[in-house]
Amino acid sequence: MTQVTTSIPPPAVGTPVVEMRGISISFPGVKALADVDFRLLPGEVHALMGENGAGKSTLIKALTGVYTIDEGTVTVAGTDHRFTSPADSQAAGISTVYQEVNLCTNLTVAENMLLGREPHRFGRIDVKAMNRRARSVLDRLGLSIDPGSSLGEHSIAIQQLVAIGRALDIDARVLILDEPTSSLDADEVAKLFAVMSDLRDQGVAILFVSHFLDQVFEISDRMTVLRNGKLVGEYLTRDTTQLTLVEAMIGRELETLDRLEHQAPTAAPDEARVPLLQVLGLSRKGSLQAVDLEIYDGEVIGVAGLLGSGRTELARLLFGADTADAGTIDVRGSRRRFRTPRSAIGAKIAFSSENRRAEGVVEDLTIADNMLLTLQAARGWLRPVPQRTRDRLVEEYIKALDIRPPDPAALMRNLSGGNQQKVLLARWLITQPELLILDEPTRGIDIGAKTQIQQLVAKLADEGMSVVFISTELEEVLRLSDRVVVMRDRAKIADRFNDESVTVAGILATIAAGGAELKEEDSDA
Amino acid sequence: MTTSTSVTVSPTFLDRVRGYSPPRRYLPVAATVALLIGMFGAGSLRYQGFADPQVVLNLFVDNAFLLVLGVGMTFVILTGGIDLSVGSVVALSTMIAASTLQAGWPAIATIIAVLVSGTLLGTLMGLVIHYFEVQPFIASLAVMFLARGLCYLISVESIPIREAGFTAFAQGSVPLPGGYHVTPSVVVAVVVFAIGAWVLHMTRFGRTVYAVGGSESSAHLMGLRVALVKVGVYTISGLCSALAGLLFAAYTLSGYSLHAVGMELDAIAAVVIGGTLLTGGRGLLLGTMFGVLLLGTIQTFISFDGTLSSWWTKISIGTLLLIFVVIQRLLTRRQN
Amino acid sequence: MRELVRRPLFWSTLALLLLIALNTAVTPSFLSVRLQDGHLYGSLIDILRNGAPVLLVALGMTLVIATRGIDLSVGAVAAIAGAVACVYIAGSDRPAATSTVVSAVALAVGVCILLGLWNGFLVSVFGIQPIIATLVLMTAGRGLAMLITDGQITTVVNPAFKVLGAGFVATLPVAILIALAVFAVTAVLARRTALGMLIESVGINPEASRLAGVRARTITWTVYVFCAFCAGVAGLMIASNTSAADANNAGLWIELDAILAVVIGGTSLAGGKFSLLGTLVGAMFIQTLATTIPTIGIPAEANYLFKAVVVIAVCLLQSPRVRAAFRSRRPVSTVKAGAA
Repeated sequence: MTQVTTSIPPPAVGTPVVEMRGISISFPGVKALADVDFRLLPGEVHALMGENGAGKSTLIKALTGVYTIDEGTVTVAGTDHRFTSPADSQAAGISTVYQEVNLCTNLTVAENMLLGREPHRFGRIDVKAMNRRARSVLDRLGLSIDPGSSLGEHSIAIQQLVAIGRALDIDARVLILDEPTSSLDADEVAKLFAVMSDLRDQGVAILFVSHFLDQVFEISDRMTVLRNGKLVGEYLTRDTTQLTLVEAMIGRELETLDRLEHQAPTAAPDEARVPLLQVLGLSRKGSLQAVDLEIYDGEVIGVAGLLGSGRTELARLLFGADTADAGTIDVRGSRRRFRTPRSAIGAKIAFSSENRRAEGVVEDLTIADNMLLTLQAARGWLRPVPQRTRDRLVEEYIKALDIRPPDPAALMRNLSGGNQQKVLLARWLITQPELLILDEPTRGIDIGAKTQIQQLVAKLADEGMSVVFISTELEEVLRLSDRVVVMRDRAKIADRFNDESVTVAGILATIAAGGAELKEEDSDA
Repeated sequence: MTTSTSVTVSPTFLDRVRGYSPPRRYLPVAATVALLIGMFGAGSLRYQGFADPQVVLNLFVDNAFLLVLGVGMTFVILTGGIDLSVGSVVALSTMIAASTLQAGWPAIATIIAVLVSGTLLGTLMGLVIHYFEVQPFIASLAVMFLARGLCYLISVESIPIREAGFTAFAQGSVPLPGGYHVTPSVVVAVVVFAIGAWVLHMTRFGRTVYAVGGSESSAHLMGLRVALVKVGVYTISGLCSALAGLLFAAYTLSGYSLHAVGMELDAIAAVVIGGTLLTGGRGLLLGTMFGVLLLGTIQTFISFDGTLSSWWTKISIGTLLLIFVVIQRLLTRRQN
Repeated sequence: MRELVRRPLFWSTLALLLLIALNTAVTPSFLSVRLQDGHLYGSLIDILRNGAPVLLVALGMTLVIATRGIDLSVGAVAAIAGAVACVYIAGSDRPAATSTVVSAVALAVGVCILLGLWNGFLVSVFGIQPIIATLVLMTAGRGLAMLITDGQITTVVNPAFKVLGAGFVATLPVAILIALAVFAVTAVLARRTALGMLIESVGINPEASRLAGVRARTITWTVYVFCAFCAGVAGLMIASNTSAADANNAGLWIELDAILAVVIGGTSLAGGKFSLLGTLVGAMFIQTLATTIPTIGIPAEANYLFKAVVVIAVCLLQSPRVRAAFRSRRPVSTVKAGAA
């Protein structure tokens, strides 16, 4: 089974309130959405699913008028619309709560809920009436906070609920909730779900995005899955298993590449060997629960897990990009504490972020400058890398990694994603690290560059470098890793040697079951 | 506040409560008022006649134009912008007033001409800032140069104002109970202040000003009219500068290209010392009034003392700025 | 050719050349430089000499702006430098000695470096927005300068001090030589060491730079110190030229001229790539403009008007909307939304 079958849309219950057809949106250099269809029925909770970069946020922003679409049509309640601003889409009855709370913490709770359609009296805002109206919406959400208090005084969870309150006050036909539960605890989620069911019964169409699978299965009636900006399919929740969903989201590559031949570290690590990195109880509130991990020389650790599983958070803590609240890191037996990336770099650790554009690329500098940035930063500005060394290194890596264009003076912004990624890899390889942490190094790059990067990782490990390889694509993880670590809900749920018994299906089952099926392999998935 | 919610309190919830902060909206303004009272207390203990209510009223008399400028500047700074052009626009306004009056225009025509030109300059600046995404700093710098340049085009010399209406306004006195008095300028300034406060706190426009300063992208996503507000605040600032220019022209009975050099710094200082966050979104117009009064008090203090030199004014304003910037920084840091 | 036209340096240089051509058309002797008593004289020399302080300040400002910052306090710092040096010389036992001048200059530069450390501390350690952090010193600095001079215009009579701003060495005015020397040193520091690359990296993408291990804090702090140093040297030059410290008017509005020079030179106020050569051209453009206006019969004060036009033109050319319109036909709103 190499391709997920697109399920046949079940017979429609009434006409869709929102119908998007053939939506395409591209940004400079990226096709964010390609020919996506999407429909939303009145009186349903519809989950929009997909991994990072699948196009969920882009689709939502196309529907709410934040992005203008390049191709395709949007029909709301039978009328064609072309939204050019959020105000347009609100006027059409679409109300949105975005992933990051998009409210103003400096205004009061009531203002945040009602500003833009606040009650007036004698030409001025009727504050009392506004607070009363806010009060009644807050009651529906079971919140007893003072509507006149400043939003910033409240916790993120409450701010999130206030944002939902704003959406509720608009008599919306369509309510979009983009990851509304990520900062709520169980009770708050239950309360939110009760409100959502209420609204559903009143005929409101709710579009719901969440990376908590259990929640999606609990509340949604129907699901649409996107992957890499393309539509995978639409599913009825009650006919779908978690496994099918995970498979649809992560997908399988069409071409089956052989497991890359790379020598596993000669001897299985025994107790006597000192690991390169020994991590005990590493945690950070709100992003990672205590994780233990041992990494030996020449080992490739594959990390599997969905978006929000804690995979990126783990990498950032190992590198000192975020500081840990608790736990210890020993490098070759000596205790280290990484408060900044600089201290981790000093311990010969390298980290390539999943967010290439925001956290990796310095786009107005040249390929050569980007490659040498870390080495130069380590040497300090007074000791520039000698021109000859510089030329030699840059030429060597451009050749070794097959970077196009092979021009050291080309600006980074003009490179394709794959070539940018190679330059960033070169930036770290030049520092000769002992541990290389790669977070989604192959996402959004073409297949050729992808294979090259995979081969490079195998070669580096053969030469003795340890690699932590984080990827959404399980084939890739299995092909490269000596050991596989599985993350879910911000915790490590499995850690095992990558022998013949470990399969994509097995890992999918582990993720879907939350660790319970760690041992038994569900062969039929 | 948070514990009063009906949401069940669980350990993870408590963790999130760490982000909680008590209401601090009024803290900077309270600090300004405390400082003002403190200075007056110290002044009245040290110098005879300092505590006289007329001294307080004279603060308004001498700083009426600064209060008007401060109102406009507060709007701009609340959106997270800045307007460096106000001093030059004041000078330009005095020049337009003096030259048109000299040419024999009726006072009302002069006033309209001044207000319209100031408002237009402000609108122009707002359009450039919003639609061309030019930083407020540099766009208002351009208008600052433009207005000064226009002054010199009108005349390099100082032009006296002899028109009857203006002189009557300048020499007029509004009696208050108890034998005290203020000038008509003060009445104008207080009216402007009241209108400004009403707009800022009571209308959708005013609340949107705060929303834009809090988070422009949020305000946009909330469907608020960000463009109108961003252009609007610079228009208001331009109008206030023109009005302040008229008051200044009446105060000095002249128009001169070198009037009000550096006054933009006083206006910004008054706003910041009044507790408005320079990054936008937080502050009260009332604070700006106290900021203006505090600046006036420093000058009064120094003139009463007689032994203190005038430069202590600048040093103390700078020190106050520093104190308030540091307080604000500490407050915002704890909130993050 | 097309590549050339796209470079900001091309446009500013073209504008400068046009101004010079205009001047030459109006005053044919504009380009002539004559040697008199072993000193070079001529309009071009005057422009270079009078533009030296702005160029100095603009060099420091370029680096500050490249890190996404701005320094409003340079005018006040220049006034303080002049005040410190003049008061020291006037108050010393041997006010005419060369050694006095040496220690006065050292003291003034030292004070400026302290002021730079202060600005840099507020910005890089305390995390205050640059425009606000330097506004403090901009406001208080002139008061401090007056405190030092006791509100008087302190005049000094010292031939050695006079050399800084008004002297000649090898037929050229010392002011020009100093400005060019600082320019050369800055260029070497920026382009021969790794400082320039690291500054640009911090200015373009602070988070990526942090993750790559760049010491962003130290870099930022350094550029504010360097900027204050440049302002100090400019202040000494101004004081020396007039043989006096005028706490009120020395270096008045020089921060605005310096920012203008940087912007004309093609360095974006949003930080990132910077061009020192562009700043040099920008500073010379501003000074030539100031010289041109009276030459062609417009009152010198109208200078402001022309500066306003230049600022507006440069800003509009740099604005994302106009650039996007030039680059492609793609609607701007999409690009803008993507950044939000």
